[in-house]
Amino acid sequence: MSPAQIEILAIAVCTAVACALVGTFLVLRRLAMVSDAISHSILPGIVVAFFVTRDLSSPWLVVGAAATGVLTVALVEALTRSRRLKEDAAMGLVFPALFSLGVVLITRYAGNVHLDVDAVLLGELAYAPFNRLEIAGTDVGPRGLWLMGGIMLINALAVGLFFKELKLATFDAGLAAALGFAPVAIHYGLMSLVSLTAVGAFDAVGLILVVALMIGPPAAAYLLTDRLTVMLVLSASLGAVAAALGFWLATAVDGSIAGAMAVAVGVVFAVVFLAAPGRGLIAVMRRRRRQRWEFAAVMLAIHLWQHEGEPDEAEESRVEHLHGKHVGWTPEFTRRTVALATRRGLVEPAGERLRLTELGRAAAGRALSGAVVEV
Amino acid sequence: MTDPTTTCAVEVTDLTVAYRERPVLWDVDLSVPRGKLLAIMGPNGAGKTTLIKAILGLVPTAAGRVLVHGEPYTANRHLVGYVPQRGSVDWDFPTTVLDVVMMGRYGTLGWLRRPGRRERDQAHVALEKVGMDVFADRQISELSGGQQQRVFLARALVQEAQVYFMDEPFQGVDARTERAIIELLKELRAQDRTVVVVHHDLQTVTEYFDWVTLLNVRRIASGPVEETFTEENLRLAYGGRVEFLQRQAPADPPPTPEDRDHGLGGYGKIRP
Amino acid sequence: MMPELLHDLVADYTLRTVALGSAALGLVAGALGAFAVLRQQSLLGDAVSHAALPGIVLAFMITGTKAPLVLVLGAAIAGWVASLLIMLVVRTTRLKTDTALGLMLSVFFGLGMLLMSVIQRSAGAGQAGLETFLFGQAAALVGDDLVTMAVLGGVVLVVLAGLWKEFKLLSFDAAFAGALGLPVRVLDVALTTLLVIAIVIGLQTVGVVLMSALIVAPAAAARQWTDKLGRLVLLAGGFGALSGLVGAVISSSVPRLPTGPTIILVITAITVLSLLAAPRRGVLAAWWRRWQQRRELQTDRVLADLYRLAAQHDEPARAAHQVDVLQTMSPRAGVRRSLAQLAGRGLAVEQDDGQWRLTRQGVGAGREVVDRGGPDGRDPAGRDRGDSDGGDSDGDHRPDPGGAR
Repeated sequence: MSPAQIEILAIAVCTAVACALVGTFLVLRRLAMVSDAISHSILPGIVVAFFVTRDLSSPWLVVGAAATGVLTVALVEALTRSRRLKEDAAMGLVFPALFSLGVVLITRYAGNVHLDVDAVLLGELAYAPFNRLEIAGTDVGPRGLWLMGGIMLINALAVGLFFKELKLATFDAGLAAALGFAPVAIHYGLMSLVSLTAVGAFDAVGLILVVALMIGPPAAAYLLTDRLTVMLVLSASLGAVAAALGFWLATAVDGSIAGAMAVAVGVVFAVVFLAAPGRGLIAVMRRRRRQRWEFAAVMLAIHLWQHEGEPDEAEESRVEHLHGKHVGWTPEFTRRTVALATRRGLVEPAGERLRLTELGRAAAGRALSGAVVEV
Repeated sequence: MTDPTTTCAVEVTDLTVAYRERPVLWDVDLSVPRGKLLAIMGPNGAGKTTLIKAILGLVPTAAGRVLVHGEPYTANRHLVGYVPQRGSVDWDFPTTVLDVVMMGRYGTLGWLRRPGRRERDQAHVALEKVGMDVFADRQISELSGGQQQRVFLARALVQEAQVYFMDEPFQGVDARTERAIIELLKELRAQDRTVVVVHHDLQTVTEYFDWVTLLNVRRIASGPVEETFTEENLRLAYGGRVEFLQRQAPADPPPTPEDRDHGLGGYGKIRP
Repeated sequence: MMPELLHDLVADYTLRTVALGSAALGLVAGALGAFAVLRQQSLLGDAVSHAALPGIVLAFMITGTKAPLVLVLGAAIAGWVASLLIMLVVRTTRLKTDTALGLMLSVFFGLGMLLMSVIQRSAGAGQAGLETFLFGQAAALVGDDLVTMAVLGGVVLVVLAGLWKEFKLLSFDAAFAGALGLPVRVLDVALTTLLVIAIVIGLQTVGVVLMSALIVAPAAAARQWTDKLGRLVLLAGGFGALSGLVGAVISSSVPRLPTGPTIILVITAITVLSLLAAPRRGVLAAWWRRWQQRRELQTDRVLADLYRLAAQHDEPARAAHQVDVLQTMSPRAGVRRSLAQLAGRGLAVEQDDGQWRLTRQGVGAGREVVDRGGPDGRDPAGRDRGDSDGGDSDGDHRPDPGGAR
């Protein structure tokens, strides 16, 4: 790999980690779409701040534009609270409006400068190495790397320092408020970080990849673990993996780097979604199939038990009866269920009828007491 | 239709409902005679709402059969009226009271036909019955909780059903509305209609209802209030459940049939 | 200017096509959007429209044509696949709808951009001209597009009208619809399909990035003006058509102004205006009501003060008091204005010496106010504000007793 390629990858990985750290909390707080809203609505902020500073990587631009993001969130909340619109409609109204404003400003007034609409969506990662940061005449590396590295550190620091507060406010905002942790302040703190990250990343990778990196890796990580710390680490790692994979893909097909990275996020998620141990689609389907039969066997045991010693026992315990009109099973389903229940020793055949074993009775009792079905 | 004297209003046999392989209802049998006011009771999570929804075919069942007036539910759907929980809809929806009540006629109207004058008149009559006719043109978001419940009730009335299922109609309504509702239910009963109500308030059961089903994932007991609504059964449905869980650990010998018949061991089979 | 524009609209083929097409798509999007907003699926529109991009590019790559019907079909299929995947992820995992939406939106859109960059490099930039699908270009609309839009849009509106009461019931109370025997699943899929079609026919004009706003905003605006579903849908369709027309015409006549953002800014302006100025739900109306209430309360307060003072005398209707005294009792009650109002209502009179006293009628009214326990902010003029506690959702009622995951 050439030095330029390494620099590009480094910027992408920093972005991925920065996004994953805040994205984890967005996903857990059911605010994933906020990343979409914020990353779109910062555009007019960026344009206006650019007209003032004339420098896309000026810290003032970053702060000014990030404020637009936080403002969007506040505006959506105000609209929702006024009960004139539901939250989803408020969001779907506010951010396209601000984004449109940004696009019109760019195409009308900034057409000839380093800001165009395609770059807004996709960034210009390929050119990032050409924009160098010089301190006292010495080249210290690409600006984008310093910017995203800095934002990554800020996010890591904020999450590290306020880990306890973020965790509590995420899982139980009520309790957090009662303990004096000011969930509103934490909420807006998080929104500020999201905005900051989106603004910083927008020049390098474009807003679509910001959304993908903030949602995809945390979503995948959430299917792999139950612990918040593990989830944060996993999100960051999966994000970095997706960045590398996307970079490779972009080189292979000679296409947009940011687009390829978003696709790679999708691939990483798809793999986890299908194959995650325990929670992946394959594992779930397998378990459901197995459980379906075990469930049916227990259902059979309960049915027999409910009617045991009743006047209708003789009728209710006939195999024929099961796929008759009362229970409503198909003959095939009945056959397999009876076979499984017999194999498990829950029932034993007695002529045309079925008799419950001691084991079957115990299983029925356990199931009725609300336990998860296992045989 | 089948002979009205011998068939039950509702007959549920061996109904099992599972949500993601977790049992919500286990092998429930239930028969409701015609012309009764029946309360379905049980602790939270006992599956009361699920039972109604399963009967109405709104949730998939793992096993079991439902008969309404002796025929499968799908064949006799026109005999059934439904009052869902008030909180299950968005009361900000842009529509009027009259419009909501007319929705009760949509089932009989069929595809493509619009409600007309006849439906409008029926809706007004139903609204008058629940004392809400003056509100006919009101936007539904302007109603109080009790008024919302009355509107839902009116919507069920225009269904002109023989069997009504009502999910917690007394939840969060004022005392006046509660009395009005119960009067209405009694009037329905007097017309030999059957009303099945998910109910919470233990205090009012004997006063309001003549039949009761106690439910806790499985059916605990079902029958006339005076026979079924006993302390013993209530304990089985509401309390003592945790104790029993511990005693019924996998290693323990299961209770013998004698034990169960005496209601010992918690899973006694009480039948009317 | 205006007559010229009108003349152009009639005579100029391009402008006429643009105006008609944009109005038509606004109409369809607005009407369907009303249902999307009511079913709280506003953001699904965002996901579907973004997800349509790879469908458009793939359709072009496979067929090599840019025939409107082909691209629209590709867009619809991709949008459909995305919404199915969203459903699959939500049903089978612990992830929530917002996460699934955002994920599909960004991944599909990224795929679209990747494919676009690839064909641009292989076939030469601009050859495909597909970038116009990002932010839309009304000026590029031709007769073929118009026909496609009109036919598809017409089908959507006809189906919507035909299944009107079913869709209404589905959106308001799906459980009740199910109990009546309506095929809720099928209707749900049908309504979502109509929404997808409404979105894809607008993509060429408004663009994939902003099409969702044309779904949400007209309904949001219309909701402020009416409480009836029929009017809401008509009004939303009207607002959508108006913004499409105005936006497309502006962007066609001003250089370097992409159509999508222009249309969205127009519909946003309409929505903001509606939020502010709608007669009953509008912000201004709410302020006006609150202001009137406060004035009434102030007047009541002065009336009560006068009454309390008068009540200390043997003959209440004879006792007169200085304005200063009243101002000391209720410093912020706008005493002079309140007194003028009371005088207007015949409850108080000003004597020649500038002092004020209650009339006989005023004594009665004052006693009433004081007996009512007001006016002290707690019971603003005894207004009946209803005891509505509506809209509180007790959560969904899936058969999930233990909140099992």
